[in-house]
Amino acid sequence: MPHDNVRNIVLVLSGKGGVGKSSITTQLALTLSLQGHSVGVLDIDLTGPSIPRFFGIEDAKVRQAPGGWIPVPVHDAQVLPSQKSTSQSATPEGPQHQKIGELSCMSLGFILANRKDAVIWRGPKKTAMVRQFLTDVLWPPLDFLLIDTPPGTSDEHISLLETLLKQVNLPTAPPNQLAGAVVVTTPQAISISDVKKELNFCKKTGVRVLGVVENMAGFVCPNCSQCTNVFSKGGGEIMAREFEVPFLGSVPIDPAFVGLIEEGTRPVYPEGTVVEGKPIGEGRAESGEVSELLVDKYRDCSLAPLFDGFVKRLVDEIGTRNNA
Amino acid sequence: MAPSLEEPTPVDYEALKGGKVKPELVAPEPEHCPGPESERAGQADSCAGCPNQAICAAAPKGPDPDIEVITERLAGVKRKILVLSGKGGVGKSTFSCMLAWGFAGVVGLMDTDITGPSLPQMMGVLTSTIHTSASGWEPVWVTSSLAVMSVQFMLPDRDAAIIWRGPKKNGLIKKFLMDVSWGDLDWLVVDTPPGTSDEHLSVNALLKGSGVDGAVLVTTPQEVALLDVRKEIDFCRKAAIRILGIVENMSGFVCPGCAHESQIFRATTGGAERLAREEGIPFLGKVPLDPRIGMAADYGESFLEAFPESPASVAIREVVRRVGVEVERV
Repeated sequence: MPHDNVRNIVLVLSGKGGVGKSSITTQLALTLSLQGHSVGVLDIDLTGPSIPRFFGIEDAKVRQAPGGWIPVPVHDAQVLPSQKSTSQSATPEGPQHQKIGELSCMSLGFILANRKDAVIWRGPKKTAMVRQFLTDVLWPPLDFLLIDTPPGTSDEHISLLETLLKQVNLPTAPPNQLAGAVVVTTPQAISISDVKKELNFCKKTGVRVLGVVENMAGFVCPNCSQCTNVFSKGGGEIMAREFEVPFLGSVPIDPAFVGLIEEGTRPVYPEGTVVEGKPIGEGRAESGEVSELLVDKYRDCSLAPLFDGFVKRLVDEIGTRNNA
Repeated sequence: MAPSLEEPTPVDYEALKGGKVKPELVAPEPEHCPGPESERAGQADSCAGCPNQAICAAAPKGPDPDIEVITERLAGVKRKILVLSGKGGVGKSTFSCMLAWGFAGVVGLMDTDITGPSLPQMMGVLTSTIHTSASGWEPVWVTSSLAVMSVQFMLPDRDAAIIWRGPKKNGLIKKFLMDVSWGDLDWLVVDTPPGTSDEHLSVNALLKGSGVDGAVLVTTPQEVALLDVRKEIDFCRKAAIRILGIVENMSGFVCPGCAHESQIFRATTGGAERLAREEGIPFLGKVPLDPRIGMAADYGESFLEAFPESPASVAIREVVRRVGVEVERV
């Protein structure tokens, strides 16, 4: 079966659109890769696929091989040079010659002839496509397969879970293959009320919630460093407590991350920016001969240490369950 | 089974032409189904061997008779506007509310986002329920001139998930148009979920008889959002929906501490303004990101009334005015 060489499958869900499912998926994938895991990303948002844009591979096309589709590679497993830090307060345990895992993606965006084309499909056709994505993609051996979903609890989600649950219950599937779901929200009540529906969806379908991430929590003004809660704050944590699921943390809005995705610019921060007690991004910008991989540039992003923590917790969480 | 890399036919053209009756099927539609309500139902190549073939072939062809009922039901509605965006979370519902609050006259607000309804909370009527009267379902009246209809009003528990496939969603949308006693309205604003799928096809098909005056597209400035909005423009063209214009929401953020303006969602590709120019559609304006808009929505209050002097309110009122102007232009 298609996912026999996939160790863990993690869904990224949200009832609400535009809260950052694809952004969080991207960062989880990059961070997992940075921690040495091999990662695949499957985008089942058929009418609005964003994953190709996030990984900067919009022009890529899927190749066909006997028996299935070959996902689009983002980078191979390799060793990245250690992060240079010219300042004296360099990160003491900064990653030395980091070994990263292979990363590849699959999305309907890679199949469309023109990026402007609308995919105007009703349910049955979406169902057929989701099923094909779950059965006909020839993934390399993966530690993690992240599945990015569209907003809501409708055709794509029902089809996804129907097919997945059938697959993971086969005797050939690795044990506890469907690890669970990461649920993304933004802090304001409007978003929370939709995401609660998604948590109820997980409950009904028996998918374990690995954690809630609150995205777009606060924006630090680059001019005066005052943090404004653009979309209020704290709602995600309260919701997680109410539903008794783990809360992974809050992710602030970082325009440098937007720049990294939109323009491919390496994140640079004003001198003295401190995240999680560590100064970041100092003295990196001028070093010329660094690799141009997205994953390498992402190491300079202020959000990287945050996701490093999330991913460690996720991997632990998945590990404890698998050993139990 | 080896997958085919053939270009998936992206458009369900049959569905775009107008709602048709869907026969009762004995099995789920197969992958290459031409659509049980299409002209070729039961006769297409892919129908061979399908257990539904005889049913589909025998089903009456032609427009859905319910469209006439809907046209009659909405006879007292002067203007019908769709609020669309390919992308989620860009402010479709927020703008639907702003249009509803901003328009003069009696306004109806219909929420077709079945799995993630936001309008009841934004309108401060989250706990309301609907009543049935002799004339049909009564929408929830927020003020004497503003009525709202949403699936949220029908849920037993406010956090209940609605796990429905397309046909069920379409059925409810049809009911919203057919069974709700909207009465005489100056405007009917239809809020939609993100994407280009069942809900959008149904609303458009069902309103074919009574006529949609146009669609307002909402986006945020960054390319990740514009990418999906381009698809929505393509959808509107294929479905022959007139585009009244495009609004850029969350455009720039003014720090309350130092008044420094940051482009949180930077328009690296020229934003909505350039997209509008390229596509030859009206640009309705930019609305800055103001945390108080989200807060007002959370508390179900009208931002326009609470902060009438703020730059965002000024911008929103201008957008509402432009929409009114565009609708009148033929």
